[in-house]
Order: sequence, then C-alpha cells, then structure tokens
Amino acid sequence: MNKIIISGFGGQGVLSLGKFISYSAIEQNLNTSWLPSYGPEMRGGTANCSVIYSHEEIAAPVIDRPDIMIAFNEPSLDKFEGSVKEGGTIIINSDIVHKKTTRKDVKFYEIPVDTLAAAINKRGANVYMLGILLPLFGGDISEESAIHAVEHVFESKPKVIPSNIECLKAGIEYMKNLMK
Amino acid sequence: MKIIADKPKMLTDTPMHYCPGCTHGIVHRLIAEVLEELGKTDNAIGIAPVGCAVYAYKYFNCDMIEAAHGRAPAISSALRRVVNPENIIFCYQGDGDCASIGMAETVHACMRGENITVIFINNGIYGMTGGQMAPTTMPGVKATTCIYGRDPKRYGNPVHLSEMLATLTGPAYIERVACYDVPHVKKAKAALKKAFEIQMQKKGLSFIEVLASCPTNFHMTPLEAMEFVKTQGEPFYPLGVFKDITKEENK
Amino acid sequence: MKKLWKGNEAIAEAAVAAGCRYFFGYPITPQNEIPEYMSWRLYEVGGAFIQAESEVSAINMVYGAASAGARAMTSSSSPGISLKQEGISYIAAAELPCVIVNMMRSGPGLGGIQASQGDYFQATKGGGHGDYHCIVYAPSTVQEFVDIMYNAFDVADEYRNPVMIIGDGMLGQMMEPAEIPPMKDAAEMFEKYHKNEWATCGHSDGKPRIINSLRIEPDENEEFTIRLYKKYEEIAKKETKVEEYRMDDAEYVFVAYGSVARICKAAIVELREQGIKAGLIRPITLYPYPTATIEKAAKNPNVKKFVTVEMSMGQMVEDVRLAVNGQKPVEFYGRSGGNVMMPADLVKYIKEGK
Repeated sequence: MNKIIISGFGGQGVLSLGKFISYSAIEQNLNTSWLPSYGPEMRGGTANCSVIYSHEEIAAPVIDRPDIMIAFNEPSLDKFEGSVKEGGTIIINSDIVHKKTTRKDVKFYEIPVDTLAAAINKRGANVYMLGILLPLFGGDISEESAIHAVEHVFESKPKVIPSNIECLKAGIEYMKNLMK
Repeated sequence: MKIIADKPKMLTDTPMHYCPGCTHGIVHRLIAEVLEELGKTDNAIGIAPVGCAVYAYKYFNCDMIEAAHGRAPAISSALRRVVNPENIIFCYQGDGDCASIGMAETVHACMRGENITVIFINNGIYGMTGGQMAPTTMPGVKATTCIYGRDPKRYGNPVHLSEMLATLTGPAYIERVACYDVPHVKKAKAALKKAFEIQMQKKGLSFIEVLASCPTNFHMTPLEAMEFVKTQGEPFYPLGVFKDITKEENK
Repeated sequence: MKKLWKGNEAIAEAAVAAGCRYFFGYPITPQNEIPEYMSWRLYEVGGAFIQAESEVSAINMVYGAASAGARAMTSSSSPGISLKQEGISYIAAAELPCVIVNMMRSGPGLGGIQASQGDYFQATKGGGHGDYHCIVYAPSTVQEFVDIMYNAFDVADEYRNPVMIIGDGMLGQMMEPAEIPPMKDAAEMFEKYHKNEWATCGHSDGKPRIINSLRIEPDENEEFTIRLYKKYEEIAKKETKVEEYRMDDAEYVFVAYGSVARICKAAIVELREQGIKAGLIRPITLYPYPTATIEKAAKNPNVKKFVTVEMSMGQMVEDVRLAVNGQKPVEFYGRSGGNVMMPADLVKYIKEGK
C-alpha cells in the first residue's frame, strides 16, 4: 500500500499525475482511490489530490500521514511536509521549489522535472514524475501498466502518447540512477 | 329524434364546482369540443393547475395530472419527451399559476418551444384564495391585498403576458381571446382549435390567453362581470394574435 | 470489468444501466458531472435530458416524466435540494417513483462547496411539507453508489415512492474502481411494475388515469396518510440495510454513514493495532433507519459507548440516541463547514476519551 499526496499549482498536471497512478494501479488489479481538491482553487490556485493504492480494501480516501508527498510548488511543501510519515518520502520539483525540507526523518529528492521533461515534451513533467515514482513503489506497479495508463489518459490525443511514454521511461531511468 | 346539441364526451359527468358566471366552464367546454372535432379525445393528457381550476382533472375525460402551483409547463415539458409525439398535451392555468409563481416555467417552456398548448385564463384576480391581487390585476382595480385599488407605485404593474412571450423565438402561436359574448366565444374556440392544430403539426408551443370573468371576486353579477371584461379588460388587454409562425412561414 | 470511475459519472452510468431514460437538473457544484454526463449519454439510449430553468422546474419535470411511467431522476447539491423540496413532497403524495441524488455540500445558506453531511435531517425527516418520507440511501464507496443506484429505481417502482441517494462532494469527486452491471430494459420495467395501470401516458380505453396529490376532504387525506405510513412500515421491514464492521467484540462503537464511515474504518484498524476494540455500525439506509441493529448493540454487555461521527453539527446522533434509549452513553464527534475529520482524530478521541 502507498498513500500519496500530490500538490502544486492548478495547471501543473497535479490532478492528472494522481490519475496516472490510479489508472496504473487498476492495471495491476490493485485497489485504488483518487480524491481531488475541487472548486475555485482548481483554477490558478493550489490543487492537490490524495491517491492510494493497496492490495486490501481502501477504507478512508483521505490521507493524514502520506507515505509519499510530491510538491510542485513551495506552498505545497510548507503545507504537507509535516504530515509525511516517519521514513516516508518527499519529492520536490526543484525547478520551482528552491528550498529543502526541514524534516530529517524522511527521504528527500529534488528533481528538476520541468527541465528534464522539456528536453522530450515540455508538457510532460507530470508523466516524467510518474516515472520518478515507479522505482519508489518497489515493483507494485510495472512499467507496462504505467504505459497503459498513459495510453488510456491520452486516448483522445494519440499524437502526444509517444513523447509521454518517452518521458515516463526517462523518469524511471533517472530515478533508478539516483537510487543506486 | 335528432340530437342537435350534446355535452362533449371529452367532459366527464362530474358536476363542475364553478361559480355562476365563471368563464372556466365555457373554456373547459371549448377545449372538449375542439379536441373532439380534431379527433384527439383518446390520447390527450391535461395538466391541471392550482387555483379555481384545480379540479380540472375531474372534468376532462382524459389522462390528467394535477400539478404543483405554476409547474404545469415543466411537467408537460418532461411529459412531451416521454409520451408518443401524437399525444396532445395541454396545460390549463390561471393568472397566478401561469404569470406569477410559474412565470419561470412558462417563459422557459416557451423559450424551448415545447410542442404543447398552454391555455392561460386571465381574470385579473385570485379566485380560489378569495380575491387577492393577481399579476394581471389592472391599475385601479380593487383586490383584498390592494383594497384601495392597485396603485402601481405601491403594488407594482400588471403583466401583458401574451405580448411578453411573443418577444421570444420559441413559441409558435400566441393569441389573446375573450368569452364575454357569443361571437367572442366562437373566436375563442377557433383560436383553441388553431392552437391544437399547431401542436398536431408539431410546430411548437401554442399559447392562448383567455380574458375571463370572476363575478364572485369582482363582486358583480355574472352579466356585470362580463361587461367589465368587455369595457375595462379588453381595452387594457387588447385581443389579437401576437405571434403566428404559420403566417411567417407563408410570407 | 472494473474501470476507474469518478463517483458522479459512475452514478450517472449506473442510472442509465438501471433503465433511467430521463434526467432533469440544474448546475451546482459538486455534482455537475452527473448532468454533464447525462446530457449526452441519455440521447445514446433513446432518452432525453433537460437543463431546467431551476431546481424547482427540474423536480417537476421528474414529476411529469414519472407520471407517464418513465424512469426519471434529478441530482443536485444541498441548496438545490432545498429548492426541490416542494416537488418531492408532491411526488411522495402522488406516489410517483423516481430517484433524487444529493451530493451534499456544507450549509446553511450558500455555505461552501466542500463535502458535508448537513442534510441528514432534511433527507430523513421529510424535508418538504406534510407527512411523508423518501427512502434514503447513503453509500460509502463508488461501487456501492453504483449498486444502490442500479437497484434504486426498482425500489422506487416497487413502493411507488421517491428514493433519495445521498453522497457528498468527496464521493462525487473521487475516483475508484467500479463495475457497472448490465443494462436493464426500460420498457420491460414499465411492464414489470404494471405502470399501464396508473401512468398518464394518454389512454384511449375510457378509463382516464389521474396523477394527483389533492385530497381536500380531511377524512380522505387522513386515510391516505395512514396508508402511506403502512407502506413505510413495510419498507422498514424489507428494505433496511446496515453494515456491521468488526462488531463481534467491539467495546467502542462508531456510528457513521457515507464517506465518514470509511474514515471510521481506518481509525478502527489503527485502534485495534493499539489493542483497543472498536467497531462500526454503518447505516446504508438512513430512512428506514437500522434502529434494531443499534438497539442490539446497546444491549451487548461488551459495548462501553457509542460515538456518532458526522460531517455536521450532530444530526444522525439523535436517531442513535433514540435507538440506544439511554442504555449506553452516546457521544458525538463532528466536523462542519466542509471540513473532514482524519482517522487520527478519531483514534485520539477514543484514546483520550474526548
């Protein structure tokens, strides 16, 4: 099981990154839930979603202590870093977040995901981040399932699928190297 | 023996509860006659209002739905999508129902151009509740909620609903008629017939406003009440056709 | 096959599968995906959709379509449901079957758009004027939403009574895997529930059908309401639904419905890991209310106390107190205004006794 909070500005693909995880999880026959923040904050303000995948039935879709927290902007880091589980993981988009976590008891990754993705697809940062996450999931979600999820989400825009899959693969490689 | 006049089969044998001189009975009969003449007695569905005509569902010999106050056009809009397109659907509404509490439903059914017929009985007073001011009560006319006569500065202005609805794209036919004498009753019948024909041709919403009398709440004899409609009502609410897309089509 | 569904869209598709062919509604957050989905979907299955001029009109359109025997529904969120109450009372009094969905947001007044359970009283105690009840369901997962919706029109038709399904913004907006059951045949449903006997769809057999809620004679109206309440008794006997979760040895009993019940389950898992025996009674029908289940738990010597958990200032807790009837303490934990409690809040509440 993993409980993940993804947070950032509206328009950074925060909500769809969460959907990618849920779609991937369902490909793996895992239980999953995706709970978005909604309302005016979707338009330009901060947006976040809570994503869970699990082999068991999922009780609460709300997350008070995430295993993983991904911050696409500084307010998100400030808001959620305190809630992350001991031994959990915080990932920041270091192209935008220019500070580090104050937590000493978590793993901390700074990924310049906008820059990394832009070399392949400048709208591919969230799929690149999906790639970053897969190695952290320890094999729960395969690359193949994630590819299916990307294909599913972009069903109506088939042109963008190849570059997004490239982003995904690049993300996986990047994270594998980082974790070595 | 030859029968030269009979009660339309479209009306039930239930005795009507209307006051002597009330126009509802006349209009009920006209609707029944017209539907019979059009051969539409066996598949019509009527929507009864809240107001004096609340019991219309007892008087018309067809499927009837009793609506909440003002909601008949909403009900019939949905009904139109469910039942056979050949079914005649008519809303029978008073002025409080159609022009006050149900104004939004009336206007929006007209905007959508629903293929239904709305019969709007305008007597300028709330009959059932005992003579309160209606949205169509004319300036100067007394009612129990404007006891010195309607002063528009204090109580607002009345609405000319037919003229107002005629500004919309949706309705197909709008006419105002009266029933204060035989020639006008005949004209009213012709208007109702035209309205139902337009519905049968699936041309859209037809709306017939009938200037009606309410002797009880006008505090007049039936004859005086009819005279009031003729001399006071008609000049304020002129009779005529306000919209007719069949004419526009012929141009 | 299980697919990932957004709550609002799943419930819409489940309604279509249940034979619903008519939807009438007015936009309001957080349920907009339901009318949006229905606006194109119903035309694929030979039905129709109207974006009504108001909630008042929308519920009366449901009245109209249901009068003709169609499976019709509307959905809204709290302020819009308030506007529908007139029509719901008429529908109950005219004994028309239909389904109403309320994805609750916080009130009173315009309130906010975040999840809430502040409409419990409105949903279960009448809401509109007069002596009547809707049958009220409160699912807690997207799949349960689907299953209840799939069955709701049958229940509505069986008893000729409006069914209300209440969720909240959280359930409407979240995505979960769910499976939509196979399509029911709308015409078959019309036959099955003998709608030709009463539906006003234009009959030529000389026996006009009348849909009506006016019963102006006191005796006639009293006779009718007594019959209505006999119907509710039968509904209570046959349709009451409740889930008991880890109640076998529970000492602390949460009572919660909908999304809050899930938060309670998460808290129970955590409490039990810490050696505290907690359980949950989750009413699935809010009307009829599973009073007997709570009564039974109140008599159980293991049970120390009840804690009713709601996203409100305390509404269902009154029904829990009625059921417990003074036998055990009944406490209340609530958040309001659109705030959601976390499992940790409930763990703390039980451990610290407050």
